Amino acid sequence: MGNMIKIGMAELNVCLPPDAITTLGLGSCVGVVLYDPTKKICGMVHVMLPDSTKIKNNENRAKFADTGIEDLLKQVVTLGAVRRNLVAKIAGGAQMFAFKSDNDMLRVGDRNVEATKNKLKELQIPIIAEDTGKNSGRTIEFYPETGELLVKSVGKTPYKI
Amino acid sequence: MADNQVINEMQFDVLREIGNIGSGNAATALAKMLNQKVDIKVPKAALLDFNELPRAVGGEETIVVGILLTLSEDVEGMMMFIMKIEAAYNLIEKLMFMEVDRSGSLDEMQMSCLQEIGNIITGAYLSSLSDLTRLTIQASVPYMAMDMAGAILSVPAIEFGKLGDKALMIEAEFGEDAANEIGGYFLLIPTMASYDAIMASLGIG
Repeated sequence: MGNMIKIGMAELNVCLPPDAITTLGLGSCVGVVLYDPTKKICGMVHVMLPDSTKIKNNENRAKFADTGIEDLLKQVVTLGAVRRNLVAKIAGGAQMFAFKSDNDMLRVGDRNVEATKNKLKELQIPIIAEDTGKNSGRTIEFYPETGELLVKSVGKTPYKI
Repeated sequence: MADNQVINEMQFDVLREIGNIGSGNAATALAKMLNQKVDIKVPKAALLDFNELPRAVGGEETIVVGILLTLSEDVEGMMMFIMKIEAAYNLIEKLMFMEVDRSGSLDEMQMSCLQEIGNIITGAYLSSLSDLTRLTIQASVPYMAMDMAGAILSVPAIEFGKLGDKALMIEAEFGEDAANEIGGYFLLIPTMASYDAIMASLGIG
């Protein structure tokens, strides 16, 4: 058994087998995994906000879908992943509170998912699995050895995507 | 907030003091509701990285109840009251004079009981803020969710994330001892403009 590498909100890291990489209690944030299945190299970023260009305080690049995914891509490629082999798995972007209003502040989960998908499309990285939206938190674990993303939610049986 | 996005010590002291007064009022409201004495510990205030927020309430995967209100008028943003699930069970038992099944989910009655508690506690807190600053603060109906602390706290963390990398958290512990803990944590998340308005109204630039 390898180690479990843990990343927090607005953090990113890379991982090689036999280690695995996790982020705990994803809510409206989105966890993005980039993975090269042939080389078994992966990385994960925990993005909080959709767009770095909309926020003045944007030094922490891992906080945003646009810059966070770009940086993650650079890091997995530096580690030896082949750019054209890369696939993505994404999870999160829940709406934690059942708001009736369509206040933009409260729809950030949806917007994070949308921004993540747009960025991956722009980078031409296909999304091969996703578990997004809904209204419950998720802990995710990615195992580069098998390419499986394990999703755990409160009161539900963990499942793989 | 100033361009450098740094909360200076004086501003931090002011926010902490608002927290102290606010949680004092919240405890008084709770004592009236429970019709019993409620001890208050000196609230702890801390400026935390968002990664430390879930840790402060017991870890990302700790089950918590979060009650969220959105704020409008002179102060815009959100306010959250978070309690550990055990504290929520304790409160329901005290208020509804019933045993709660501590393994499963809450029924509708228990949920609305908690929501009401959240409403009163956050209302007491906000009215202190409003009195001190002489700003009008309109709160929405309370929204409630029960889930992992990391997930619940992602909502205020994201709002804080727009401002900077730190959040002010006020821990308000009420109740006699750990087993009867009925306390929780407050998070106040003003928008950038409202943060300036609060500071300006207190005479702190």
